[in-house]
Amino acid sequence: MFKKLALTAATALTLAAGGAFAAGEEGHVEDFDFSFEGPFGSYDQMQLQRGLQVYTEICSSCHGLQYVPLRTLSDEGGPGLPEDQVRAYAQQNFQVFDAEEDDFRAATPTDHFPANDSVGAPDLSLMAKSRAGFHGPHGTGINQIIYGMGGPEYIASILTGYTGEELEQAGTVLYENHAFPSGYIGMPPPLAEGQVEYQDGTEASVEQMAKDVSAFLMWAAEPKMMARKSVGFVGVLFLVVLSVLLYLTNKRIWAPLKGKKTPA
Amino acid sequence: MSGIPHDHYEPKTRGEKWVESRLPVIGLLYNTIMIPTPKNLNWMWIWGIVLAFCLGLQIVTGIVLVMHYTPHVDMAFASIEHIMRDVNGGYMLRYLHANGASLFFVAVYAHIFRGLYYGSYKAPREITWIIGMLIYLCMMATGFLGYVLPWGQMSFWGATVITGLFGAIPFVGESLQTWLLGGPAVDNATLNRFFSLHYLLPFVIAGLVIVHIWAFHTTGNNNPTGVEVRRGSKAEADKDTVPFWPYYIIKDFLALAVILAIFFAIVGFMPNYLGHPDNYIEANPLATPSHIVPEWYYLPFYAILRAFTSEVWVVIALNWITGGIVTAKFFGVLAMFGAILVMALVPWLDTSSVRSGRYRPMFKWWFWLLVLDFIFLMWLGSQPAAEPYATFSLIGATYWFAYFLVILPILGVIEKPLPQPETIEQDFDEHYAPKTGGTKTVGTPAE
Repeated sequence: MFKKLALTAATALTLAAGGAFAAGEEGHVEDFDFSFEGPFGSYDQMQLQRGLQVYTEICSSCHGLQYVPLRTLSDEGGPGLPEDQVRAYAQQNFQVFDAEEDDFRAATPTDHFPANDSVGAPDLSLMAKSRAGFHGPHGTGINQIIYGMGGPEYIASILTGYTGEELEQAGTVLYENHAFPSGYIGMPPPLAEGQVEYQDGTEASVEQMAKDVSAFLMWAAEPKMMARKSVGFVGVLFLVVLSVLLYLTNKRIWAPLKGKKTPA
Repeated sequence: MSGIPHDHYEPKTRGEKWVESRLPVIGLLYNTIMIPTPKNLNWMWIWGIVLAFCLGLQIVTGIVLVMHYTPHVDMAFASIEHIMRDVNGGYMLRYLHANGASLFFVAVYAHIFRGLYYGSYKAPREITWIIGMLIYLCMMATGFLGYVLPWGQMSFWGATVITGLFGAIPFVGESLQTWLLGGPAVDNATLNRFFSLHYLLPFVIAGLVIVHIWAFHTTGNNNPTGVEVRRGSKAEADKDTVPFWPYYIIKDFLALAVILAIFFAIVGFMPNYLGHPDNYIEANPLATPSHIVPEWYYLPFYAILRAFTSEVWVVIALNWITGGIVTAKFFGVLAMFGAILVMALVPWLDTSSVRSGRYRPMFKWWFWLLVLDFIFLMWLGSQPAAEPYATFSLIGATYWFAYFLVILPILGVIEKPLPQPETIEQDFDEHYAPKTGGTKTVGTPAE
């Protein structure tokens, strides 16, 4: 009875969670490999720094990152920039409106990345968590247990999914993109070969930049992922040990009542 | 407290006597913890502890989350991000709370289906069952209210859809919906009252839990055989039972530790798996998500709600009979609440004199079909409202009602039950040969 129910419960969870995303016309999301997938995965600090560079030089002209405090760029488990670099970075790149001064001033680490509504592009703070990438196999959502929800895969797929075709609709140009749900996206292809010059010498191909910025946006959406995984790891380990101890205790307590188990 | 004969607490020290003569709280605690419990309970009897733990977990994490949350349409979403990013351990608190709700429902469904299989709802445990159903309803309400608080897209649109159900009630529906929302649409007033009620209901649940425990401590626990504990004398009762402490408390803690290990793996490694990505987009009254999907634990009843479209003949018939008062939407609402109501009335719908499904050869099949039906409906609830899912939902919903309203009443009459053991002791000894003496006799005086 217990086994059967446990099994059915597990099936139900998988079906329900997977089913939640199976609905609707979907674009094709490529399964990119990221260093932070799985229980033991962690962010690649250099990749996050490269992604920050791509965001700053390219994405930030239209997209905001309003929930991310600039100071967290120096956090452990993130891009890990030294504090003086964060200060310089904030000052050089962003202007924020100061209500006290009633004027714009250079940003400091205590500010957030500014919001950006200049062309109505969505904020990217949580983009990597607000999209589900893949749902398979067969819409069961089992992939998501292993690889995560696939938000960063979705972002990277969009950035590399342009076909080059355009469509003009009611005065606006739409760009064909096979990763976007409706097939046509309003954002012009943002990345071009060698558009940024990486300081660590990595070649700035479109796919490389797409992956780097997706990883950075995953960090932006889930900055405490590394800490969370280590809490999970310690928690599971502790509970497994506790379970073993309780198993032995339980066995001992019941021993006087139970003789040898007879085959049912 | 229990009707099973057992030792009563005798205060020994002067301090204990002093307290006990003024407020018999130590005795109450003693009787609760040392309650005689059937010694043949299997692993399906551990969910009560899991549920109690979940309630505690949700209240403790919830109280801390409230310290950092802002119930205002312009600030709620940002305050969640503040919790996730700035509050020490905030991300863990929130993920524990969000996934804690899922664990709560996994446990409650296992608990309910255990009760359905072993006939735990039958006399004299009807009140325990009814209180349990009330707790379940409160849990559903609390879960729904809580899901609205992060003020994401699913929060907002879920709230719009669910409160819209009340609008389907004839005559008073529209005013009722406005009253619930505090205005014409889901807005700041709605968020504020949902927040208030989300804080209140867990304490209502806690109160009901005490009554639930009180009730089954009065009747004694059911057990896998459904055979009652012998109550003729204490010696007799002792052969069928063991005290709750330490036997079952340790066993329950073992189960809890194993379940929590899985729970922590989910919270630590895939905390967003059971959530919906759309809820990481701030609520926007102008943009409807392409599919509004409730949390997984509502899906079976959501499927029943959607099953009764205006093309179903019963809906058409009732609509005609009532002169258009019962619309398809209202019918769906009635069906959804009816699905829970028939479950609550099961003590009087099940006509079998045998309690445990273990001794009911025909019942078993129908029961497992009901479990499959439940999972099937859960899957259907997550699918778009289109064919073939609509027809499937109708079939699933029909079976749900048929099980309670037709199958259970008839089975009790036509089914020939298998022989049941005379006593719990006999059942226990069949599994575990008695250790001392080697004789496997039943009911021998003195152990």
